[in-house]
Amino acid sequence: MAYGEKILDHYNQPRNVGSLNRDDPRVGTGVVGAPECGDVMKLQIQVDDDERIVDAKFKTFGCGSAIASSSLATEWIKGKTLDEALTIKNTDIVRELALPPVKIHCSVLAEDAIRAAIADLKTKRSGQQEDAALDAQPTGTK
Amino acid sequence: MKSPIYLDNNATTPLDPRVLEEMLPYLRGKFGNAASRSHKFGWEAEEAVEKARHQVAGLIGAGAKEIIWTSGATESNNIAVKGIAQMYREKGRHIVTQATEHKAILDPCKYLEREGFEVTVLPVGRNGRIDLEQLRASLRPDTILVSLMFGNNEIGTLQPIKEIGALCKDKGIIFHTDATQAFGKVPIDVEAMGIDLLSASAHKIYGPKGAGCLYVRRRNPRVRCEAVLHGGGHERGMRSGTLNVPGIVGLGAAAALAQQEMPSESQRLSGLRDRLWEGLRSQLVDVYRNGDPEHTLPATLNVSFAYVEGESLMMGFEHIAVSSGSACTSASLEPSYVLRALGVGDDLAHSSIRFSLGRFNTAAEIEEAIVQVVGTVKRLREMSPLAEMAAEGIDLSKVAWAQH
Ligand SMILES: Cc1ncc(COP(=O)(O)O)c(C=O)c1O
Ligand code: FES
Repeated sequence: MAYGEKILDHYNQPRNVGSLNRDDPRVGTGVVGAPECGDVMKLQIQVDDDERIVDAKFKTFGCGSAIASSSLATEWIKGKTLDEALTIKNTDIVRELALPPVKIHCSVLAEDAIRAAIADLKTKRSGQQEDAALDAQPTGTK
Repeated sequence: MKSPIYLDNNATTPLDPRVLEEMLPYLRGKFGNAASRSHKFGWEAEEAVEKARHQVAGLIGAGAKEIIWTSGATESNNIAVKGIAQMYREKGRHIVTQATEHKAILDPCKYLEREGFEVTVLPVGRNGRIDLEQLRASLRPDTILVSLMFGNNEIGTLQPIKEIGALCKDKGIIFHTDATQAFGKVPIDVEAMGIDLLSASAHKIYGPKGAGCLYVRRRNPRVRCEAVLHGGGHERGMRSGTLNVPGIVGLGAAAALAQQEMPSESQRLSGLRDRLWEGLRSQLVDVYRNGDPEHTLPATLNVSFAYVEGESLMMGFEHIAVSSGSACTSASLEPSYVLRALGVGDDLAHSSIRFSLGRFNTAAEIEEAIVQVVGTVKRLREMSPLAEMAAEGIDLSKVAWAQH
C-alpha cells in the first residue's frame, strides 16, 4: 500500500514532537494505547488563563498513520479553547489525511489522546481547588 | 527514483537472467505438451521436463522419479498433508506439526481437524526450535504423519531435521518437511536425513513464480499420496494437469545453479548477514535478534528494534525493501504468530523487521542499509513515548496501559 501525500508529509516533518513538563499545573498529559497493541500516543497540552491551548506536543509509538494523526491533532488544537478542541472528531482526521479503513483506529487513538490530555488537565485543576480548599481550612483546632 | 535495495528475498527472489535464458525457448517455439507422445513437440518438452527432474533431484539427493511437479510450495504442502492423511486414514488419524509452520501447513492441518483428524501442534523454544523429547512424547501408535519445516521463513531457524528423520524412521512414521526456504540454500540429503516428503518452490531460488515440486520417497518405505487434483493422471497420478514446461525448466535451472554456487554463496551471504547485524547492534541500544544465531539459514536476520513500530520503520527506509512482523502491516491487526510462538512479547513483535538477503545483494548495499536503518530508528525513537519512558527508568512492563 502506498502512503498518501499528507501522511508522508506529517511522517517526514512531524509537527510538535516533544514533551511538556508533566508537573506544570497548566499542562495536561494524555497517554493512550498500549505497546502490546502496537500503538501508544502521548499528547500534551498547555493552556493559558483563559483555558486556551497555547502549546501542544506529542510522542507516538505506532505506524506512520498514527504518527501523522497525532502530529495533525497537535497542529489543530493549538490556539483552540478546551471546548473547541473537544469538538475534533477522528473522522475529521481520517478525511484530512485520507486514511484507508485499516488505519481508522489510528485516528481514533489521536482523538482519545486529545480527550485524555484535557481530562487530565481538568482533574489536575479540580485537585488544585481541593488542595486550595484544604489549605484554607482552619488548622488551629488540631 | 532509484529502485530500493531488495532485502526481502524470503518473500520472493528476482529471476536469475541465466534461468530466464534457459526458459525462453520453452516460451517461444518449444511449446509442446510434455504428455504428447506422438510428435517432436511433445518429445522435446518431455525431455526438458526430465532434465529438470534430474536437476532438482540432484540438489536433495533424491531419484528423479521421486519428484512431482506442482504449482509451488503451497500446493506441495497441501498434497503432502492432505494426500498422506487420505491415503493412510485407516492406519491412524493423528498428525504432528509445530507452531511456526507456514500457513500452507497450518491451514491444511486445520482443515483435516474439521475432517476428524487430530493434530498436535508442538511449541517451540525461544530460538524457534522444537524439543526432540517433546516430539518423541507426542508420537502415538495412530500417528501417521510428522510435518516439520526445514528452515523458517520469518526467523531463519533450522529444525534438527536429521534427528527428526531418525526418530520418525524408528517409529515407522512418515516425515514431511516444508523446505521452501532451505532448498538450494543449505545442504539437503533426503537419504541421510530420513525425509519422506519435501516441498520446494522455484521463486525462492531465483526461478519463476508458479512452479514447485514435491519429493515423494519411492523406497524404504514406498510412500503413497492421494491426489488433491484429479484428472489426466500426470505425475504418477499424484498431480494431474498439463505440465508448466517453462516453469519446470526454470525450476531445474535454478536448482542446478543453487547447487553449484551453494558453498560460496552461503559463505558470502552469512558474512553479509553478520555484517548487517554487527552494524545495527554496534550503533543502536535495545535491539534484539529473533531466532537461533547458530542453527539458521545463511541470509535471514530478524531484529526487534525496541520502542519503534515496524511499519513506521519501513516507511523511513525509503530505499530498502524489507518486511515486518508488526500487526500494523497485516490486515488481521495481529502481530506475527511466529514471533509469538517464540515467546517474543507483542510489543517487540510490533517492532520487528525481517531482512532476507539474496544472490544479488552486494556489500555496498548492506552498508547503505545499515546507515538507513540506524538513522531511521534513531529518528523514530526521538518521537517515541516508550523510548522516553525507558530513558526515565520506567519499567514498561509494569505500566498500567489503557488497553483499547
Ligand atoms: C516456508 C514456506 N512454505 C510455503 C511457502 C509458499 O510457497 P509458494 O509461494 O510457492 O506457494 C512459503 C512462501 O512464502 C514459505 O516461506
Ligand atoms: S498504529 Fe498500528 S495501524 Fe496505526
